[in-house]
Amino acid sequence: MSARNRELANLVAVGVLTGLGFASVYIARQSVISAGSVSYALIFLGLYLGAHGVARIAVPWADPYLLPLTGLLTAIGLTEIYRLGPSDAFRQGFWIVFGVVVFGAALIFLRIDFRALESYKYLFGVSAVGLLVLPALPVIGTRINGARLWVKLGPLQFQPGELAKIALIVFLAGYLREKREVLAQGRLKDFGPLLLIWGAAMLVLVETNDLGSALLYFGIFLAMLYVATGRAAFVGLGIALFVAGAAVAYRTIGRVQDRVDCWLNPWHDVHGLCYQTVQGTYSIGNGGFGGTGLGRGTFTTTGGSDLIPYVNTDFIYSALAQELGLVGVAAVLLLYMVFALRGFRISMLAEDGFSKLLAAGLTFAFALQAFINVAGLVRVAPLTGITLPFVSYGGSSIVANFLLLAGLLLVSNRANAPR
Amino acid sequence: MNRQIVRVSVVALVLLASLVVGTTYWQTWAASSLKDRQDNAIQRVAQFTIRRGLVYASDGTLLAARRAEKVRGQTFYFRRYPAGDLASQVVGYSTQSRSRAGLERSENDYLTASNSHLNTVFRRTLDKLKGTTVTGNNLVLTIRPQAQKVALDALGSNCGAAVALEPSTGRVLVMASSPTYNPNLVEGRFDAIARQARGANCASPSPLVNRATAGLYTPGSTFKVITAAAALDTGTYTPESTFDDPGYCIEYGKKVSNFADQSGPEVFGHVDFPTALEHSINAVFCEIGKKLGPLPILDYARRFGFYSDPPLETPSDERVPSGLYDHGRLFRPRDPNQVDPGRLAFGQERMQVTPLQMAMVVAGIANGGVVMDPYVVEKITAPNGSTVTRTHPHALRRAIKPETASELTSMMERVVRSGTGTAAQISGVAVAGKTGTAETGVAGTNTTSFIAFAPADDPKVAVAVYLENQHGVGGQTAAPIAKQIMEALLRSRP
Repeated sequence: MSARNRELANLVAVGVLTGLGFASVYIARQSVISAGSVSYALIFLGLYLGAHGVARIAVPWADPYLLPLTGLLTAIGLTEIYRLGPSDAFRQGFWIVFGVVVFGAALIFLRIDFRALESYKYLFGVSAVGLLVLPALPVIGTRINGARLWVKLGPLQFQPGELAKIALIVFLAGYLREKREVLAQGRLKDFGPLLLIWGAAMLVLVETNDLGSALLYFGIFLAMLYVATGRAAFVGLGIALFVAGAAVAYRTIGRVQDRVDCWLNPWHDVHGLCYQTVQGTYSIGNGGFGGTGLGRGTFTTTGGSDLIPYVNTDFIYSALAQELGLVGVAAVLLLYMVFALRGFRISMLAEDGFSKLLAAGLTFAFALQAFINVAGLVRVAPLTGITLPFVSYGGSSIVANFLLLAGLLLVSNRANAPR
Repeated sequence: MNRQIVRVSVVALVLLASLVVGTTYWQTWAASSLKDRQDNAIQRVAQFTIRRGLVYASDGTLLAARRAEKVRGQTFYFRRYPAGDLASQVVGYSTQSRSRAGLERSENDYLTASNSHLNTVFRRTLDKLKGTTVTGNNLVLTIRPQAQKVALDALGSNCGAAVALEPSTGRVLVMASSPTYNPNLVEGRFDAIARQARGANCASPSPLVNRATAGLYTPGSTFKVITAAAALDTGTYTPESTFDDPGYCIEYGKKVSNFADQSGPEVFGHVDFPTALEHSINAVFCEIGKKLGPLPILDYARRFGFYSDPPLETPSDERVPSGLYDHGRLFRPRDPNQVDPGRLAFGQERMQVTPLQMAMVVAGIANGGVVMDPYVVEKITAPNGSTVTRTHPHALRRAIKPETASELTSMMERVVRSGTGTAAQISGVAVAGKTGTAETGVAGTNTTSFIAFAPADDPKVAVAVYLENQHGVGGQTAAPIAKQIMEALLRSRP
């Protein structure tokens, strides 16, 4: 079976699963929502068939598993968001449509040779910095849940950091491809860029008050630096620098300190500072091994007020864990693992340095972001304000991750193309 | 570069795998301890989606029922307490705003069908798979509602508690704590509970507290039963032992006088042991205490269950141990010189008891010296009526020899026949009892008490009554209440 036919078969399976998901939410909550909702699954399948069609034309040799994996993750997220609040699901649906359009456009636009991006690497670098600075600006910058990660333009509100992530990866892929030999020698003066990016990550940390975003950008950088130079010492040094910076942040930034304290011991202030952490944990614990079943979890009091804050964005994993149980979320985590494995495989198959670095960077960013989000909820790490890729509610995250997917498919297509 | 990519991918996979480990920890290993946390609001709400089991009294009277309410498409099962304030402190409450108390808390696993009995697990799993609502197990209590009502009415506006046990089994037949409260008010009108209790005859009415198991009282002369048990059981004294009562006893060089009426301290002169108990002569018991020493007396108290939480199904923090208390904490003396033996012998010193503990003491004497574990849950039944588990009577331990028990019984019979406890006489039934009046130093604030069992020759019921802030003595205040409870229980024997 050809790659695209395999993709099609997988997508149909995803469509069936989506239908089952919506159907079970409908059965559990039929007094609240209408039967028409099940037809959303059909619309959803149609959308992905469209994406598949574009892929057939633009990237015929690309990896056949990433698009169905994405479809499944967005379906799981959409189903849960739908269960939590049908009106949010409608908006999320719109963002998925928009994400798929951006994805298709990127594929068509870059199908001849995406490596042209390399010549614009500094433009990407500058845009990444610009996007990161946006939320700090007065008037448009907005603080939500204590983290300054948002920009508000009239009714529109987005997280520029999500797009900055993609721009940063493109920049680093180009920059490190060019400088890798020099950097690998490890001369003192070449540590300049390392310190520069460390400084930038620290700046992000101070600006956003969010340990997670800083960790994400800096982690992407370290991984790509390591892939480019093969020097583990750089990684060690980088981690040491980051820990030092984080320690200073812990002492000076109240929110960072609260988050770390609640990570180490959330029970000291269950109703105050650590409320979010504790509620997330309770939600996960309530799921147990098999979960309560879709639509049967507890997210509001009997009076209708929310028990879990930000349940469809930062905390969606704890909602999934409650309704799908360990069996369900372990499967979700497995999807992330398979996605990451396919991504790293693409990176290894790619022939030129830029493509390799780009694919490795995009994949690692994807895996690390999922890790940081969930780690905060299962208390492997402090709670942070970043989203679960493709699953969390939120336009910027969805669009940015569809761009990430497009990047991986473009690299994969080129690597697998017959010559 | 491929070698580096492999290593980075290993790092990424290890990170993601750690999430599976973390999730597994919370969903399996730590799940039950998360569930048990009182502040777990999700669990609290989630449990309202379960058809909570019902609570019945021994005759089938419904004490806790369900009230189904549909909220935005989901059915919740809230509590309704049809018997109102009848046994509130025992049954407790299950609410959203104030979580749970009483048996509603300690038996929550059964009431929500999350207990681990095989047939419950099977039924619960089946319900979940079928998508039907899980139904909890029902509790059937040992409480006799008519006698419970009699006890509550008799306690009236007094602050205090009454406990009645079946001596041969340990069944709790009555457990009344006054002032009581209406559990239906806990969810929505909590402040009304404190308002309604304001008329009670004490400074802090605390209606939510189960005074029967968590109220600490100075036992006064009811403790003489334990001193007498120690005196007879150790063989130091016999019922034929005689004493000379000068009206006082010398302790640490100072006079400790007998109970005083208008004409001054009573003086009885030459008396035998039963007469000393009959008239509750402090000077005699003071001498007995000095002879025995405090540690053997405390040892006998321990044999009856003092110094450990009385075993009962209610939450452990709603029960407190009896014993000597020093600055609010249980005090276990190692050295006899730390305790005044004379005052201990007639129940003063720093001795504090719960009504349940003293009911266990009389029930033990009534049961030939063997103290039974008190229990209030007779059985737990599945929704279809089949029994999930049944409580079998279990002996705590033998406290005294059978001969000692029968000697004490005839001495206590004299207390009711012709001594301080005549108000507890029931026509046609021999009652054995002992009065108590603990002076607190302020007139009108005595703690009065009465412990008894009946019929003396074939005990069916043992009772302990403790009252706060009394003007009279135990024989006038507590004994009539104990009598009414015993009468009600003997009359309505099932």
